Amino acid sequence: MKKIEAINDFVVKFANVNGSGSASANELFARSILRMGIPVSPRNIFPSNIQGLPTWYEVRVNESGYQGRRGGVDLMIAMNPQTWDQDLKEVEPGGYMFYDNSKPLPKSKFREDVNALGVPLTEICNATYSDPRQRQLFKNIIYVGALSALLEIDPSEIERLFSEQYKGKEALLQPNIKALRLGRDYAMKNLTCPLGIRVRRASNVGNKIFVDGNSATALGAIYGGATVCAWYPITPSSSLAEAFIGQCQKHRVDPATGKHRYAIIQGEDELASVGIAIGAGWNGARAFTCTSGPGISLMAEFIGLAYFAEIPVVIVDVQRGGPATGMPTRTQQSDVLACAYASHGDTKHVLLFPEDPGECFEFAAYAFDLADRLQTPVFVMSDLDIGMNTRLTNPLQWDDTRLYDRGKVMGYAELEAGKDFGRYLDVDGDGIPYRTYPGTHPARGAYFTRGTTKDRYARYSEAGPDYVDNMQRLLRKLETAKNLVPKPVLYPADKPARFGAIFYGSTSPAMQEALDVLGSRGIHINALRVRGFPFQEEIADFVAAHPWVFVVEQNRDAQLKTLLVNEARVNASRLIPVLHYDGTPITARFITDQIAQHAGARTVVPLKKVGA
Amino acid sequence: MTYIAKPKLHHPALVKNKVGYTRRDYEGNISTLCAGCGHDSISAAIIQACWELDIEPHKVAKLSGIGCSSKTPTYFLGKSHGFNSVHGRMPSVLTGANLANRDLIYMGVSGDGDSASIGLGQFAHCMRRGVNMVYIVENNGVYGLTKGQFSATVDKGSKSKRGVVNTDEPIDMIGLALLLGATFVARSFSGDKAQLVPLVKAAIQHKGAAFIDVISPCVAFNNHPGSTKSYDYLREHNEAVNRLDFIEAREEITAEYEPGSVVEVTQHDGSIVRLRKLAADYDPTDRIKVMTYLQERAAAGEVVTGLLYLDPKADDLHGYLETADTPLNRLGERELCPGSVTLERINASLR
Repeated sequence: MKKIEAINDFVVKFANVNGSGSASANELFARSILRMGIPVSPRNIFPSNIQGLPTWYEVRVNESGYQGRRGGVDLMIAMNPQTWDQDLKEVEPGGYMFYDNSKPLPKSKFREDVNALGVPLTEICNATYSDPRQRQLFKNIIYVGALSALLEIDPSEIERLFSEQYKGKEALLQPNIKALRLGRDYAMKNLTCPLGIRVRRASNVGNKIFVDGNSATALGAIYGGATVCAWYPITPSSSLAEAFIGQCQKHRVDPATGKHRYAIIQGEDELASVGIAIGAGWNGARAFTCTSGPGISLMAEFIGLAYFAEIPVVIVDVQRGGPATGMPTRTQQSDVLACAYASHGDTKHVLLFPEDPGECFEFAAYAFDLADRLQTPVFVMSDLDIGMNTRLTNPLQWDDTRLYDRGKVMGYAELEAGKDFGRYLDVDGDGIPYRTYPGTHPARGAYFTRGTTKDRYARYSEAGPDYVDNMQRLLRKLETAKNLVPKPVLYPADKPARFGAIFYGSTSPAMQEALDVLGSRGIHINALRVRGFPFQEEIADFVAAHPWVFVVEQNRDAQLKTLLVNEARVNASRLIPVLHYDGTPITARFITDQIAQHAGARTVVPLKKVGA
Repeated sequence: MTYIAKPKLHHPALVKNKVGYTRRDYEGNISTLCAGCGHDSISAAIIQACWELDIEPHKVAKLSGIGCSSKTPTYFLGKSHGFNSVHGRMPSVLTGANLANRDLIYMGVSGDGDSASIGLGQFAHCMRRGVNMVYIVENNGVYGLTKGQFSATVDKGSKSKRGVVNTDEPIDMIGLALLLGATFVARSFSGDKAQLVPLVKAAIQHKGAAFIDVISPCVAFNNHPGSTKSYDYLREHNEAVNRLDFIEAREEITAEYEPGSVVEVTQHDGSIVRLRKLAADYDPTDRIKVMTYLQERAAAGEVVTGLLYLDPKADDLHGYLETADTPLNRLGERELCPGSVTLERINASLR
């Protein structure tokens, strides 16, 4: 039988039952490979369920550092009988199926082109442990032990991870090591080790860190000076708020008094959450909320108020599939338009598109500067794929000389000196007026905050010209924003390229791999990663420079393409959408296939008689 | 809206308070509400209360939702920052503002549509969190700005101006506030300034969520026979349980009272609330008895007013969250940013 042979380049997928304690064992597996210097990118695929339903953990091992989802599975760890048939189908021909053979399975349950690797996990557990919970938990460690033998993972790396994990809880250390060895010894004795696929120590991880996007965003909020957070639980953003709570407890407690330099409210809903953040922003604190698509819908009215009343607030949207439950535990980039134009009236909002946890940190911290500078809501457009999966990313960096940009805030001294204060007065042409914090000065600088009905001095006015004047100024402000949002990143092809490709956010790792693969096949593409909205001129120039530009995104309606046509005024007929929206993260294979197809159809073959 | 500017010139002989302001310094723009609107009396009471308490106007932030009531912050405390937010959402905006700067006084003004219908959830959660604020509902039983639709506080059997009889149960804001943990609960009538001003003063001084339901007749849409929120109905059915005479901290009692006719409640911060009892045996610190009493009197058709409940040990949201004494909006990089050395340590823990 054919056996897939690959070193440091394969995909292992764990099929588990939710609530069985597999998550930590699976992460242990991923980390042990990482410790051997080989990049891995794990992804959780989980249902809207707490206990009992299927859940998967897919680990791509790739020495070159490609972190996009590859597609296909080389080794399936089939721990869930419920999904056996479907799991078996996913394995590539010549791949491997690791399973618990404590009970014999009929031949019909296997594929002839898939190598079965049976380990009597239940039997070993039952013989070793009497406590049912221990039987369950150690079963997971036992399969990690068996895998260490099959894939040549250095067991000492796993043991080191144990000792780090159980620091201070040493009683747990030995039982885990014992379980690990039980699995390892069984595999060594009864199976052919190693498999055709295996790891070999490398040094391609460097000083990179392994962190999920939500934790990195929370850290960004800490470093960016956020003090007020209001949120409502919603997958996939809840872990962001929870990470922020944890980080605040570590870094924001006044050592002298034990008091908190933060206030976190779990709101009664998304409306209250964004309302609290807006109230705090109005009053001069850096505030944010984190949510997902349905939350954005609920917040829409308030977002409009913040836009018109010009109140700084940061909204992190960890995007996911549509409404209700089910698809919402899968990833998408389907809130782009909803956020760009959120709310009633004429509104346009600033969006930031981080590509990975590293940029989640950077953009989250920067979002607070941007919101204060522009006095407007700023969206950090993360998604489930980035937010809830650990990813290798460059170490987080902070320049200690960096000061928070609090924007145009008029203080007591300026007011006292008689400086003219008009809350909606554009004094220097950038469209951004000065604001004052409540309580600044006894006699000057107070104003009444309203949505739209006001003049430059915040006096009540229903006059049409006042409204138009204000709306035009808001457009000028958006122009200013263009120069402040992160610029797009160009990835030029090695050779002259007729095609361009625009992508953003979590598509990045799959896209970069796809560009390499396409390049090796002779399809050269200049790529541009958009990192923010409003769009800079570079983006329109990029489109103008290519006859065709692929716009790669993870939604059905080509939302970024629509926004490009609307706002960057690019020629729509040049844009070819490449859309992936089944809830799984986009893969390099998908992008490559799509682009290759389109490119083939658009490659003009010279009319020349062959052999003439 | 009005186009008449209010004269800024004050009479030189106007009395100044301890912080140097005359009563007129606490006024706002000229009201654009209907002549005789109960809401204007409430604005006047707020002005009076702030002046008497020697509060610097800029130390107050006034926030509201949408509706006639929510327009009123324009008509008082013109030197304070104000925020006319979105319908039913004043409580959340105020909560956030309060979290950002604990040093200001927060005045939330809302109506029965704003708080009992669209904003019932936010009202409820703001009360249960104990946000340090004065929450005034200017309760007239109708939607004024949209011309006379019933609100959710309208009594069952009450008749609209067009003759429609309400068949829904009313939302009892006082009952809700008590259930939800408000630590200061009062009801008053916009037509009774002598009762309302001390209540507003006491509410401002209270630490925690202070709720005042002010029945405030709508002269345009709900002041007719058959309405239970009209001036006439209120004058007939108003039953005050007590008179709040003064609430200065540690001030000696100078007036003479019949023995047993005064209730003294010492609050957390040492300030004393003194109530002259009108109803025998009314104990405003016993929440269970207060709830029972109110239900009984409501069944008898009375509208009980006065300081109905006061928790002398009340704390507020900042107390529960243990936030720093320095307002969060004054903290900078030094206090908030853990710096690069810590970040390097975090990086190391993620390898």
